[in-house]
Amino acid sequence: MSKPTTKTPEESKPRNESYGAFVKRQFYKKRLGVLSVYFISFLVFIAVFSDFLANEKPIVAKYHGSVIFPIVKQYGVSLGITSFEKEMALASWKELQYDWAIFPPVAYSPETTDKNIFSLQERKPSANHYFGTDDIGRDVLSGIIHGSRYALAIGLVAMSIALTIGIVLGLLAGFYGGKIDILISRLIEIVITFPTFFLIITIVAMVQQGSIWLIMGLIGFTNWTSIARFVRGEVLRVRGLDFVTAATALGYSQPRVIFRHVLPNAIAPVLVSAAFGIAGAILTESALSFLGFGVPPTVVTWGSVLFRARSSSASWWLAVYPGVMIFLTVSAYNLIGDALRDATDPRLRN
Amino acid sequence: MSNSTNNNNDILLEVKNLKVYFPVHGGLLQRKVAEVKAVDNISFNIYRGETLGLVGESGCGKTTVGRAIINILRHVSPDVYVDGSIVYHEKDGKQTDLVHLSTKDMRQYRSKIQMIFQDPYSSLNSRLSVRQIVSEPIELHKPELSKNEISDQVIWLLQKVGLQPEYAARFPHEFSGGQRQRIGIARALATNPDLIICDEPVSALDVSVQAQVINLMDDLRAEFGISYLFIAHDLSVVHHISNRIAVMYLGNMVEIGEADQVFFAPRHPYSEALLSAVPQPDPRRKDKQRIVLEGDIPNPLNKPSGCSFRTRCPIAKPQCANSAPLMQDKGSGQLVACPYV
Repeated sequence: MSKPTTKTPEESKPRNESYGAFVKRQFYKKRLGVLSVYFISFLVFIAVFSDFLANEKPIVAKYHGSVIFPIVKQYGVSLGITSFEKEMALASWKELQYDWAIFPPVAYSPETTDKNIFSLQERKPSANHYFGTDDIGRDVLSGIIHGSRYALAIGLVAMSIALTIGIVLGLLAGFYGGKIDILISRLIEIVITFPTFFLIITIVAMVQQGSIWLIMGLIGFTNWTSIARFVRGEVLRVRGLDFVTAATALGYSQPRVIFRHVLPNAIAPVLVSAAFGIAGAILTESALSFLGFGVPPTVVTWGSVLFRARSSSASWWLAVYPGVMIFLTVSAYNLIGDALRDATDPRLRN
Repeated sequence: MSNSTNNNNDILLEVKNLKVYFPVHGGLLQRKVAEVKAVDNISFNIYRGETLGLVGESGCGKTTVGRAIINILRHVSPDVYVDGSIVYHEKDGKQTDLVHLSTKDMRQYRSKIQMIFQDPYSSLNSRLSVRQIVSEPIELHKPELSKNEISDQVIWLLQKVGLQPEYAARFPHEFSGGQRQRIGIARALATNPDLIICDEPVSALDVSVQAQVINLMDDLRAEFGISYLFIAHDLSVVHHISNRIAVMYLGNMVEIGEADQVFFAPRHPYSEALLSAVPQPDPRRKDKQRIVLEGDIPNPLNKPSGCSFRTRCPIAKPQCANSAPLMQDKGSGQLVACPYV
């Protein structure tokens, strides 16, 4: 550390480094991957605080002599712990006579309509609506801010379902082999042949009462095959390695062999696949919503904002802003997957 | 150690009529179409404190013998056929046949028989630190020990195999091949075994490192009184470390005897040919005539009848095709599977 100019790679290599630490260090060398992680973290921040970033309710206000926190109180109301006073529940939040009030940066909820908007000219991005509004006056930026929740949740929930199914089945097939392997492999092949997208459209159309959870579940239950195949292949490879033989010869129990020795050595390519899978899930939901098969109209996702652009082709802002967000998020996950693949691949060291 | 001092009380492991057949599957339904007789009816003893060298060319079944003894074949290929007996003799005279033990019953004998592997890179779990690798078997087989006692034992083991105690926190990829092999030895020693199967433990190492590891293993054997089944194809290494040497050909044992006798005066025609292939380090000594065998090793799926070596044997007779030759004592404990030498 004292003479950085003459350091050889051997000297600069930190000692006592676990595989996780090694992958982390390799990952941080990938500029785009790190940038993508920052972007997703930023998105997570927006998603968590979206109620305070875009909301028709004031963050804090003085009303009839008492200080109120309507957004915080809303959480209590949703949980059924408390309720708003009658005039607040009925009135439009903007029109109440506050003594003073601090509104969020975007003072519109995604589903409320701005009744002062009539012409296309007024719907354009302006100082009032930074990203414009749709044809019935709903704020686009507010929709994008609140839609980030669904974008992230869809990726995570769908992928968690896919990962759980894929890892369990892949492990069983790869570790036990024989009849179990044949059975699971055929199941994988059958599920692969499903035209996923049309299957989801069909089911959503049949159910009629579509919900965001249904979409997440469907994406998860149809996208585990690639993960299962990855895990199976890796487990087959790792199972034949000498340290697994050694673990058996040392008398370790089967769960110990599987979860401490086999799985940690087989999981790296799965994480890469999962990152790409999240990107795919977000894209699928957007496409479904764009086609009108996705979430119910009351739920605002990026895809459903995009959907509104179909009916009003002059409103470019309805297509561009959510489109850019989908593009950036999907790209970020893909870049993270790319960087992870390089970081976990021992052949690409240094 | 001469064979005459080995009475039955010193037997550690008694392998009798061991057969290991791997099924070959084919066709659409993956039916069993043939079987490879990887180990075909071999018998031998391993005595306490001795090193038994097991030599033979690739594919002759020597690794399978080792894996049959530590009883992991079923885990590698579940439909393998294993027959015969591998009787483990405890110090108090109790005898157990390991071949037919269930996975659960086998567990208590796991600590007695350990293994050292050929490839120092794939034999260590790269996700675990050296401390975790060496302490895991101790935690399992000596659950009564406290954390500190286990830690002390790990340090002690590392020192025994010539590694510095501060290496314990490091991960396998930070070590050279020889060092990794030492970690593997420490892991095998951690359960306090009676027998260690050494499957080509030095053939992946540099020659200079080979000598260090071989000498370390010999020192540990003398210190702990363990036995080795030393599987290798490098005959001079085997001769250096072994008390006795067994020679295998195509799943059969053709000769077993004192190391010097087998090495310098082999009786079986295959052993003679194999040992004539040992390179002479001294260019002035050319007294040994190389025996070059005709033909290739027969297909193990379709072994010759009778003596499996007869198709390449320089002294083969028509009656060799009739029945497999039995091991015959040719004096001073040298058993040879050929009636004509």
